[in-house]
Amino acid sequence: MAAPGPARLLRAAAASSRRWLFSSTSPAAGPRPGCSGAAAAARAARPFSLSARAVLSSEDKITVHFINRDGDKLTAKGKPGDSLLDVVVNNNLDIDGFGACEGTLACSTCHLIFEDHIFEKLDAITDEEMDMLDLAYGLTETSRLGCQICLKKSMNDMTVRVPEAVADVRQSVDMSKNS
Amino acid sequence: MAGAGGRAPLGLRRWLSSAAPAPRVCVVGSGPAGFYTAQHILKHHGGALVDIYEKLPVPFGLVRFGVAPDHPEVKNVTNTFTQTARSGRCGFYGNVTVGRDVTVPELQRAYHAVVLSYGAEDNRVLGIPGENLPGVYSARAFVGWYNGLPENQDLKPDLSCETALILGHGNVALDIARILLSPLQLLRKTDITDSSLAALACSKVKRVWLVGRRGPLQVAFTIKELREMINLPGARAVLDPADFTGLESAVKDASRPRKRLTELMIKTALEKPVEMQAAAAGAAAPREWGLKFQRSPQEVLPSADGRRARGVRMALTRLEGLGDSAKAIPTGDVEELECGLVLSSIGYRSLPLDPAVPFDSQRGVIPNSSGRVEGVPGLYCSGWVKRGPTGVIITTMNDSFDTAQSLLEDLQGGVLDLSPSREGFGLVESILHSRGVRPVSFSDWEKIDAAEVARGKAAGKPREKIVDPAEMLRIIGH
Ligand SMILES: Cc1cc2nc3c(=O)[nH]c(=O)nc-3n(C[C@H](O)[C@H](O)[C@H](O)COP(=O)(O)OP(=O)(O)OC[C@H]3O[C@@H](n4cnc5c(N)ncnc54)[C@H](O)[C@@H]3O)c2cc1C
Ligand SMILES: NC(=O)c1ccc[n+]([C@@H]2O[C@H](COP(=O)([O-])OP(=O)(O)OC[C@H]3O[C@@H](n4cnc5c(N)ncnc54)[C@H](OP(=O)(O)O)[C@@H]3O)[C@@H](O)[C@H]2O)c1
Ligand code: FES
Repeated sequence: MAAPGPARLLRAAAASSRRWLFSSTSPAAGPRPGCSGAAAAARAARPFSLSARAVLSSEDKITVHFINRDGDKLTAKGKPGDSLLDVVVNNNLDIDGFGACEGTLACSTCHLIFEDHIFEKLDAITDEEMDMLDLAYGLTETSRLGCQICLKKSMNDMTVRVPEAVADVRQSVDMSKNS
Repeated sequence: MAGAGGRAPLGLRRWLSSAAPAPRVCVVGSGPAGFYTAQHILKHHGGALVDIYEKLPVPFGLVRFGVAPDHPEVKNVTNTFTQTARSGRCGFYGNVTVGRDVTVPELQRAYHAVVLSYGAEDNRVLGIPGENLPGVYSARAFVGWYNGLPENQDLKPDLSCETALILGHGNVALDIARILLSPLQLLRKTDITDSSLAALACSKVKRVWLVGRRGPLQVAFTIKELREMINLPGARAVLDPADFTGLESAVKDASRPRKRLTELMIKTALEKPVEMQAAAAGAAAPREWGLKFQRSPQEVLPSADGRRARGVRMALTRLEGLGDSAKAIPTGDVEELECGLVLSSIGYRSLPLDPAVPFDSQRGVIPNSSGRVEGVPGLYCSGWVKRGPTGVIITTMNDSFDTAQSLLEDLQGGVLDLSPSREGFGLVESILHSRGVRPVSFSDWEKIDAAEVARGKAAGKPREKIVDPAEMLRIIGH
């Protein structure tokens, strides 16, 4: 039912701007990445150091499919250790309002719904993530906060779903191609 | 399933082929509702021009003046708002009070559509005797005071007593309790204003009671904020286990958030005081806070000389009905709670803006359906003034997207007539000029912002807010 519809990516919008912000400002509290090690280091040192990048061949990359609110499928790749928020930001994925608190567990806009078999193998959820998740819209049994989920090889090709924002399913209008 | 996919937007084709004028949209208020509405319109309509008008010289509404200073991560949303404001198709005009400096009908003449996102600037009142005694403050004023809201800088709350009573069980109540009891060294690193920090340093308050008229199953605060309070260094939670008897089974079938929240309260109530003290790093915690339930404020009691508050008389209540909709009915019994400081945290309240805009004073909202103001085509609303003064930023975001969506539908469906071209800010500018009002641009705000950050740096704070609008205007050379 996800009919094609017009492309609705206005690249200059939220996600890309956030990427710019990540590298140029340091928010007071600093992001508290849910993923340790690589992702945190990468975030701190963004833009990525080339050497770290070069050692990753494209085979090491993990593909993730996002089903957006309007049913469109967005496909992107990330490195092991990247959080799903990193994937959205680094690839300028156009998901309305995603990642408002920039990964600091203070907003729940990064809520994603996972496939059962992937959900079961995710790292245990912390109380803090659960507290924030409790405020998310359209909570399901397989919901998690994307900024807290780090990519692993076993996740390659997984599909995550962005929950409906408003209770009633409204026809979304897009006129972004007008100018 | 995610449904609303691709109906071919017929309007889109027409738009592309015709040289129709760009829709000019005006947004009143620069809080999350204003910015999220603007963001959604700009993103989903490649030609729209959006101007945001703001009463204060500085943007972001309650993100700057409401969100607690020790929650800097919540304020990260301003990064996205800043990107929106910097977009070539978005204008920001601060220091303009709509309804006074420019009327809504004037805005309607300048723009194809007007979105009202001016939030809730007032608070609910208890309507009980003694409410206006010295020592009684509204939560809204207290929050405005510590967050540097210009209108509240003269509040100077009297913190010379040991016991404070906060009326209400919402997140604002918890914010205030936390600010009153937080160790000073934690607050020092935040953007709390210098003067309120100085006042808190002399505060004698060491006990805070949060009092609700209903029970533990009806609290309005959320678990993250409760957990933060429970984990506050140097402060002990005092919860009466008797208040929670039988609740474990009562919440078995409740929604997960309600269940987890209740379980956390029960667990905290049952924790042995001994363990608590051991946990409080050696010495017994000097400060404490607690929740009291089923007490409805009846009168603020005056001191013997009648000059200030000395306590609150509470009507004890029983609950009629279950869950969220349970009602508090006075049992006839009363109880007096002694305190020197009363903070009434029973909710914010929106005010009507302009006689041209319908307003439901009962519910304190602009009557609307999906953000379309009833009976006034071309007028929209979003945020707290649309929905009432509840909900976190993500709630406000979703309802702002909903309003923007309605507006886009009306553009697409031709409900909004674009044939008369509109002048936008050009027209408003001449009106403002004739009234001696000089708007503040977003780059002006960025100068104020830089000045605040620079002042904060010296003190190791993210910023030192400028609290005097006249000083803000001086910085930008107005
Ligand atoms: C004390 C407090 C703490 C909060 N903390 C959190 C939190 O930690 N996390 C969270 O998610 N949510 C929090 N919230 C909720 C959140 O702030 C609201 O959901 C959100 O701000 C509502 O957005 P709004 O734009 O409708 O209103 P506001 O944020 O109030 O914005 C309204 C704007 O309109 C302007 N305005 C008013 N009148 C006029 C006029 N006549 N002309 C022009 N402009 C005008 C105001 O100056 C203001 O800038 C908190 C709320 C409060 C009260
Ligand atoms: N950290 C955060 O995320 C954060 C921080 C602050 C605020 N916020 C949000 O901002 C919104 C506003 O918060 P809020 O605390 O102002 O409002 P709120 O959540 O609506 O809470 C209001 C409280 O006041 C009580 N109350 C109302 N009228 C009363 C009366 N006449 N007498 C006694 N008690 C009365 C209510 O009890 P009843 O239920 O019995 O009516 C309720 O406990 C909320 O959605 C909140 O979550 C979020
Ligand atoms: S980005 Fe805010 S909680 Fe994940």
